[in-house]
Amino acid sequence: MTDMRTMTYSEAIREAMATAMTNDDRVFLMGEDVGIYGGAFGVENDLINRFGPERVRDSTISELGIVGMGVGAAITGMRPIVEIQFSDFTAQAMDQIVNQAAKLHFMVGGQANVPLVIRTPAGSGTGAAAQHSQSLEAWFAHIPGLKVVMPSNATDAAALLFAALEDPNPVIIIEHKLLYKQSFQVPVKIPKARLGEGRIEVEGTDLTIVATSIEVRRAIEAAEQLAAEGISAEVIDPRTIRPLDTRLILDSVKKTGRALLVQEAAKFGGYMAEVSATITEGDAFGYLQAPVRRLCGLDTPIPYNPRLERASVPQVEDIVREATALVREW
Amino acid sequence: MASDTLDKAQAGDLLRTMWRIRLFEEAVEDLYGRGMMHGTMHLSIGQEAVPTGACVTLREGDQITSTHRGHGHAIAKGADLGLAMAELLARENGYCKGRGGSMHIADVATGNLGANGIVGGGLPIAAGAGLSNKMRGTDQVCLCFHGDGSVGEGAWHEALTLASMWDLPVVFICENNKYGMSMPSEKAFKVDFLSEKAAAYGMPGETVDGNDVEAVAEVVQRAVDRARAGEGPTFIEALTYRWRGHSKSDKNLYRSKEEIAEWKERCPIARFCHKMLEEGVLEQADINQAQVDVRTEIRAAVVFGTQGAEPTVEAMLAGVYAPSPVDYQDILKGLN
Repeated sequence: MTDMRTMTYSEAIREAMATAMTNDDRVFLMGEDVGIYGGAFGVENDLINRFGPERVRDSTISELGIVGMGVGAAITGMRPIVEIQFSDFTAQAMDQIVNQAAKLHFMVGGQANVPLVIRTPAGSGTGAAAQHSQSLEAWFAHIPGLKVVMPSNATDAAALLFAALEDPNPVIIIEHKLLYKQSFQVPVKIPKARLGEGRIEVEGTDLTIVATSIEVRRAIEAAEQLAAEGISAEVIDPRTIRPLDTRLILDSVKKTGRALLVQEAAKFGGYMAEVSATITEGDAFGYLQAPVRRLCGLDTPIPYNPRLERASVPQVEDIVREATALVREW
Repeated sequence: MASDTLDKAQAGDLLRTMWRIRLFEEAVEDLYGRGMMHGTMHLSIGQEAVPTGACVTLREGDQITSTHRGHGHAIAKGADLGLAMAELLARENGYCKGRGGSMHIADVATGNLGANGIVGGGLPIAAGAGLSNKMRGTDQVCLCFHGDGSVGEGAWHEALTLASMWDLPVVFICENNKYGMSMPSEKAFKVDFLSEKAAAYGMPGETVDGNDVEAVAEVVQRAVDRARAGEGPTFIEALTYRWRGHSKSDKNLYRSKEEIAEWKERCPIARFCHKMLEEGVLEQADINQAQVDVRTEIRAAVVFGTQGAEPTVEAMLAGVYAPSPVDYQDILKGLN
C-alpha cells in the first residue's frame, strides 16, 4: 500500500513545480503575479522565496509576450512553465500558442522542439462572470501540434505536470479553479503518468460516463448516487484530451452499451462532440444500445448571478438525471 | 566596421553575401515565373545591406529571428543555399522538408530560429531566446529582424517591454522599407523616425541608412556589444526599400514608378562596389570574380533543389509532434 498524504490540488501543483525546478536547472516559471503575490489563486505561494525572482519570474501583463518568450526559451534549451492567470486570457496569446508554439516543430521540418508548458485555470463557479469563467479546451484540442491536459485531482495535477515537462511538445494544462482548494489523498511518491493515458475512475456495467476536469468529480459523486438506485456507472477521466485515450473509451462503451459525455464547456462545437464522433465512428458503434448523449454547459456566456451561473454548467443532479434517463429509457 | 578598417577579404565577404541574397532571390523569381515554384514569396531585393551588415557582427552561437521577407536574413546568417532553394522548391531535402517553404526557413543548429509568417510573430520569440541566453549564463545575443509593419502589432510592444524590463541580450532591427504591404510607414506612425519610440521602452534607439552596409554593421556592432555586456536591448531602425512588390499579388498601386526608380539609384550593392573601388579596397576584377563565384553557387543550389525528392504524407504526419520520451527520468529523478 502506497503511503498517502492529504494535499490540495494547488499544493500538489506547487510541489511538482518545486521538484521540477530543484531537479532541472532548465525549468523556470513565468507569469503575471506569480512572484511575491503568490499567484492569483495562490498556486505559487512561496516559490519565489525558495527559487528567487530569476526562476519565478513576475512578468508584465503581456500574455502574448510571455507565451512567445516561452517559445523562444523552449527552442533554445530551457523548459519554461508559463502561467496564464485565467484561461480566458489565452485569447490574448493565441498567435503564439496556435501559430507559433503548435506549428514550429512541424514548419521547420523537425529542426526544433518546443518543450513549453502553459498552465492556466478554467471554469466557472467563482462569480467572476463571462470573461473569467470559460472552458476553452476545445480551441486547443483542435490544433495539431498541441497537447492538452485537464487534471481532475491533485495526484494527476502533479503527475501530468511532470509528464508535460518531459514532453518535447507544447502542452497546455487546463486546471480548474474550483479544484485548487480541494483536498485529495495523494501518494507520497507521485506515480508516473503519460500524456494520452486515461483512467477508469469508477468501474461499472450499465453506462459509460466520460467527463473532464471538475465534471469528473461530479460524475464520481453521481455514480455513487446512481449505485444506490441500482445503476452501475463506469466513470472515465481521459486526463489528456489530446492525445485522447480512444481505446479506453471504446472498450468501456463496448462493455456498457451506453455513453454519457459530460463537460462544463458550452455544448455547440465542444470537445465532447469529438468524443461522441470517436465512439460512433469506432468499433463501439455496433454495441450501442442507446444514442450517445452529451451533457454540457448551456450555450451562453457564463453569467454573474450565482443561481444562473450554477444552472449554466452540469451539476451532480444533472448527471444523475441524464444517466438515469439513458439507462431507463433505452 | 568603418571603411578605413575594412580589408580586402572583409569587403569581399560583405559583397558576396549581398550578391548571394540578390542572386538567390532573382533565381527564385525566375523559377516562380517559369512555373517551377509555387506558393508565394516576399522578396527583399534592394534591402540586402541590412541583414548583411547586421549578421557580420555576430559570433558563432548567436541567434536571429526573421520575418516573412526572410531569405536575406537566412543567407546572411550563413544558410546553405542548396537547402534553402530545395525548401522553396518544396522538396524533402529542403531545410524544412518541404513543410515550411519561403516563410519558415530556419537553421536552428546555427542560430537561425526561423522566419515567420505572422507579422510580429518573431519578436516575443527573440525576447525569449534572449531570456534563455541570459538564464543559461551564455554571452549569446539574439538579433530580431522585423519590418515597419510589425511596429503596429501588440507583439512588438510586449516584446520590447519585457526585453527592456529584464535587460535581455536582444537587438531589435526594424527594416523600415517604407511600406507595411501598402500602408506607408510615414502615414502610420506620427514620428519622424521609428527609433524615437525606443525611448518609451527605456532603451537606446538609432536610425541608420539601411542601404549602407558598413553603417548598418557599425550601428549593430555597438548594440551587440552592449547586449553581450549585459546592458540590455537596443532598437535600430534601418531605412531601406523593397524594389519588388509586397508579394506576388502586388500591383504597386500605392507607390510611383519614379519612387521605385529613385531607390534603385541607391542600390546597396552598386553603392558598396563604387565605394570599395574608389577607396582602392577592391579592384574591378575582384568584384567580377565575386559575382561569377556567387552565380556558380546559385546554379548549384537550384540543381540541388530540383533534384530533391517529393515529401511523403507519411513523413509529414510523423512530423506533427516531436517523439515523446520513453521515460520521464530527468524530471522524476530524486523525486521523494
